Amino acid sequence: MTRTAHALPAPAAAGHAVDAPSATIVALPARHVRLATRLAPALSSLAARTLPPLIVLVAALVGWELLCGHPGARLPAPSKVVADTWDFIVDPFYDNGGIDKGAFWHIARSLSRVAVGFSIAAVVGIALGVLVGQSVWAMRGLDPLFQVLRTIPPLAWLPLSLAGFRDSGPSAIFVIFITSVWPIIINTSVGVRNIPQDYRDVAAVICLSWWEVFVKITLPATVPYIFTGLRIGVGLSWLAIIAAEMLIGGVGIGFFIWDAWNSSRISDIIVALVYVGIVGFLLDRLIATVGGFVSRGTTAN
Amino acid sequence: MSTAPYLRFQQIGMTFSRGGTSSEVLRDVDLKIDRGEFVSVIGHSGCGKSTLLNILGGLLKSTTGEVFLEGDVVDAPGPDRAIVFQNHSLLPWLTVYGNVAIAVDKVSGKTRSKAERHDWVMHNLDLVQMAQARDKRPNEVSGGMKQRVGIARALAMEPKVLLMDEPFGALDALTRAHLQDSVMDIHARLGNTVMMITHDVDEAVLLSDRIVMMTNGPAATIGEVLAIDLPRPRRRLDLATNAEYVRCRAAVLEFLYARHRLPARAA
Repeated sequence: MTRTAHALPAPAAAGHAVDAPSATIVALPARHVRLATRLAPALSSLAARTLPPLIVLVAALVGWELLCGHPGARLPAPSKVVADTWDFIVDPFYDNGGIDKGAFWHIARSLSRVAVGFSIAAVVGIALGVLVGQSVWAMRGLDPLFQVLRTIPPLAWLPLSLAGFRDSGPSAIFVIFITSVWPIIINTSVGVRNIPQDYRDVAAVICLSWWEVFVKITLPATVPYIFTGLRIGVGLSWLAIIAAEMLIGGVGIGFFIWDAWNSSRISDIIVALVYVGIVGFLLDRLIATVGGFVSRGTTAN
Repeated sequence: MSTAPYLRFQQIGMTFSRGGTSSEVLRDVDLKIDRGEFVSVIGHSGCGKSTLLNILGGLLKSTTGEVFLEGDVVDAPGPDRAIVFQNHSLLPWLTVYGNVAIAVDKVSGKTRSKAERHDWVMHNLDLVQMAQARDKRPNEVSGGMKQRVGIARALAMEPKVLLMDEPFGALDALTRAHLQDSVMDIHARLGNTVMMITHDVDEAVLLSDRIVMMTNGPAATIGEVLAIDLPRPRRRLDLATNAEYVRCRAAVLEFLYARHRLPARAA
């Protein structure tokens, strides 16, 4: 691609391009031209990828401004949002005690809840998934239960866990756990069931022990499936924590939004929503990147 | 016991039952194989030749009869009967080196030091000319190279019998010929006992000391055993016009296509 690209400009500039006799191509190895023309495709592909979302974003902001810019609009226009919340945006680290803290502290608190709940879900989910995937009886016994439990909306668990834990902290973590554990279990078990018989035969011939099979065959062969489950799980837990925090109160981006609504700080809500979206996106990319790194080579055969 | 054969299939029968139906795949298979012998099993697809190999490998338990290796009953898989699988079965997340090392570390973890195990892995990769690709992953090397690694992994276990299940079936003709030469060379150097499943007549005649020809299923059994009386080392170019080679080849073809022609269903 690049090689033909750097060869073409000169004949093209000379008028109508001759249909590439090889002699013309060899004739122009100018260094600086080569660097520029080599960069050009990279830049243009970068532009092709970043321009469309930028255009859409600008168009959306302009549209929003036009819709809400007039006096008496129910929702603030983007310019008003920025003006209202400028202090909040530029200083995410302030801490006036209580729940009057910068965005960083709210998000960090929400993330720490997700980290704890999601980590427990990952460990339990992978363990149960391997069990269900490997044992026909475990699958027959547990799978119907999982299929029913996983459809229960996250917040429906909250009253029950508040009753059980009698404390909002562990309750929120339990909601995260119970929300994100199902896709991890289900994807892991599918992965274990899909391990090629060949790998099991190899393990049998080498006489790997139960534990060695688990570590050296089952886990690596299942990694792509596990990370699919983890990705879905982390997305769900981020969805759940915002809603759960609205109910349990305290520091956290979810309660921040609820508190802003109660004090009619609509601009704060909009900024918080942007943060929530960006953090959710970053969480998804993080798991996807780790998964891609850990599972390199495992899918190809 | 001293007169007992090295490897013996005794009255092997195999019936698969699934649900209410059962199908008899093998019946009364009797075979003795000497130490260092290269035996090919040939037959049409569905004749149970892979089943026979899997019984020897311990991956399947025969319904009737027993397999004896050096007088001991075979009842589980083990590294003394290393298998070269048809589709190489390398673990894609391990490197070429790692795929051999996982077997070496397990099989000789107690008898060899770490350095010795490394040397042994490299020795076996050398044997199949894959030492220079040690850090590649299976999806980065060609099909023939993958199968070389599969062979190295099996050899590295120092098996009493090397089992090969249509090892070259998935390869193109040139690569196959190249690998056949490698296997002949390794067999000449190491003197392994080999049982190879194949459906390639030329391959069977070229490599084997004896060819076991299977009748068609259901209830397949050994139809005939042909001794290949060709001196080693054998060179494929010389053999093309060799009278004994031509006779053996004709005998196998005659068995497969005149007397035990596969019914039209598989055509």
